[in-house]
Amino acid sequence: MEYLFKILRYDPLKDEYPYFQDFSFETNEKKSILEALMDIRNEQDSTLAFRYSCREAICGSCAMVLNGSFDLACRTELQALESSPIVIEPLPNLEIQKDLVVDMEPFWEALSQIKPYLFHGEKIQEGGHRIEEKEMEKIFQYINCIMCGCCYSVCPVVSRDERYLGAAALAKLYRFVKDPRDKRSFSSLSGVNTEGGVWGCDTVFRCNEVCPKEVRPADGIEALRRKLVVEKIKRFFRFRR
Amino acid sequence: MISQDILVVGGGLAGLAAALSCDPNLKVAVVSKVHPLRSHSVAAQGGINAALGNNPDGRDDSWERHAFDTIKGSDYLADQDIAQLMCQKAVSAIYELEYLGVPFSRFPGGVIAQRPFGGAGFPRTCYAADRTGLVILHTLFEQSIKKQVKFYNEWLVTRLVVKDGKCLGVVVYDLATGQIMPVRARAVIFATGGYGRVYSRTTNAYINHGSGIGIAYKAGVPLRDMEFVQFHPTSLHGKNILITEGARGEGGYLINNKGKRFMEDYAPSAMELAPRDIVARAIQTEIDKGNGFDKQYVHLELSHIGEEKIKKRLPGIREICINFAAIDPVDTPIPIQPAQHYSMGGIDVNEKCASLVEGFFAAGECACVGVHGANRLGGNSLLDTVVFGKISGEEASIYVKGSEGTDSSEKVLLEEALEVKAGIEEWEKRSSGERVHRLLEGLKVVMSEDVGIFRKKEDLTEALEKISELKEDYRRVYLHGKCLRYSQELVNIIEFDSMLDLAEVITLGALKREETRGSHYRLDFKKRNDKDWLKHTLVTCKEGKPQISYAGVNISKYKPEARKY
Repeated sequence: MEYLFKILRYDPLKDEYPYFQDFSFETNEKKSILEALMDIRNEQDSTLAFRYSCREAICGSCAMVLNGSFDLACRTELQALESSPIVIEPLPNLEIQKDLVVDMEPFWEALSQIKPYLFHGEKIQEGGHRIEEKEMEKIFQYINCIMCGCCYSVCPVVSRDERYLGAAALAKLYRFVKDPRDKRSFSSLSGVNTEGGVWGCDTVFRCNEVCPKEVRPADGIEALRRKLVVEKIKRFFRFRR
Repeated sequence: MISQDILVVGGGLAGLAAALSCDPNLKVAVVSKVHPLRSHSVAAQGGINAALGNNPDGRDDSWERHAFDTIKGSDYLADQDIAQLMCQKAVSAIYELEYLGVPFSRFPGGVIAQRPFGGAGFPRTCYAADRTGLVILHTLFEQSIKKQVKFYNEWLVTRLVVKDGKCLGVVVYDLATGQIMPVRARAVIFATGGYGRVYSRTTNAYINHGSGIGIAYKAGVPLRDMEFVQFHPTSLHGKNILITEGARGEGGYLINNKGKRFMEDYAPSAMELAPRDIVARAIQTEIDKGNGFDKQYVHLELSHIGEEKIKKRLPGIREICINFAAIDPVDTPIPIQPAQHYSMGGIDVNEKCASLVEGFFAAGECACVGVHGANRLGGNSLLDTVVFGKISGEEASIYVKGSEGTDSSEKVLLEEALEVKAGIEEWEKRSSGERVHRLLEGLKVVMSEDVGIFRKKEDLTEALEKISELKEDYRRVYLHGKCLRYSQELVNIIEFDSMLDLAEVITLGALKREETRGSHYRLDFKKRNDKDWLKHTLVTCKEGKPQISYAGVNISKYKPEARKY
């Protein structure tokens, strides 16, 4: 079976504009897009650049745009992409460093801004925290996040407002807010009680659609909004009294 | 020149644990060839061992029982004092991880849940469903953000610089700029992981070339017990993605084409939960006897444990099966086959993670501290990374505070960087020769066919010849794509040099060791031979050639006995 790949190429040090390059790829085996890309690199053009590591959809390296869909190249079967040609592009909303490799720095920077770690107590409790499984289950959805960046790249708000932290970082914050062990104060959430934070979200839920791990990050953003509003009302009445 | 007090190489579990435990007053940085969250630790599934005694069936567990199981599992090649140290530290290590935020699964009453694992007398494997590696790696990375650890990502270390028995730093290839740079460091900790990709079938990530081990070897640091290569019993047929031992821990059966739970012929009391070396050999034997399916795999049956338990305890496995094999284990058995999984051997270090090169430390899979011996128990590798990662950071800090910098180090580092650069220019200049991906394919075939689960003298001898032919071919390697920025081809050429050395050391150790012990099974020497072979293999690189020697094993508590399960 022969496939036609159209891969976006761009070397910012050499090329004025990004362009599509055609590669013809033949195989009769069942292969993932990642495996096909590696074959193309090995056999046709070894300057073709892309990231990869685990090949089992857990490390988050190989997110890209495949025929217009945001997904991990390792978990997408060649045969599953029905249309020909197969168009491969790097994640948008991030600068291209070379071909399919993008600069993830703004994404990591947004993550570090929400203080993505457990605010724990002073001392290690003997025997650990006692938390029932059903309490922990509330965060399971969010701990599935592999930080692949699909949600960040698909987000229309990220593309127009550079202050916006994006879905992955906000969902990560909610993972900690919801963690029964976390001791962060309500006032520490003021940093996301902004247009660059939870109020920036357009609620078009593109992030929920594209997430390859079914994290549904927008659920976390909406829950944070509710929490901020409810707390504000509570405080208002406490003040009145 | 970039200069650090301590440079940690590798951003997986051992590397992050090391960086987090370094003295905060020292200047510390982590260099990693990928972003830390892309490290292979993220793919660990089933869990991490510690004798917490939380499982109702594990109330009598103790760190001593854990140590005994580890030593017996190692086929008595583990250093007993060090195995005991690890198991003793396990309990507090788990509580520390929990304190830092790891969302472990829970038992009623809210204590950390524990499941049975292979070769363990009690259910002592703590887990977060089947994503234990993911949650621990993310937690330690989060702590690194909190502690503002300095990272240099997508830098590949190409050389360890040693002068007069003292470590001076490293040379790196920066993928983003294509530049070669020296980095000065008073202490260097390698936490660079395993070499799974030397084999055709491996559960390891694409990035696991093992070059850290090879670089240390080239710099004169001995490698220990490299012939002990763990083959995991259950990898997904075809893709070789890991299917956790936790699947059997939760009650999964191994079934051959006759519908039989064949483990009763190999380990009648432990059955599917015998140690990995035994289960992997049993599966391969069944396949070789014609009792497999399509002559390639057997079935891992989970449907009888029920949909609810599968979805709750093994959601990642179910996702892998659906994504990569288009089957749902809720109603269809998983086709599985053994695949290379882990390296028991590695850079020879002591209980302080220190090597014989002053200022050079190693931890995690790339190191051989001596806790896994000839066969590692499932759930002990994550434990190894956090316990010895931490020790390496603490010990490197003590070393740096008590040592003095070397004045001449900058000059030596620059010279070595220039040498590396000249080598790359040579590959770049050539317009024809050998392509590295073809050489790598060749090496994988040799290792899989001749240095696999079952070994014999003729195969191993032949493998050594083929490896030396590949070494010849490698001298003619060239860079096909003439751009050094983000060149995975260049990464592969650089790392292949190490892979050849590792293949040679593994094979040589296996050829010389004329006995069967743990994962090392010799068809021509089927018995364990304590009289002649209860000793560690050490291989040192002398003028480019491997030199083999042996060292004693610490047997301070448990006398070696026959291993029955």
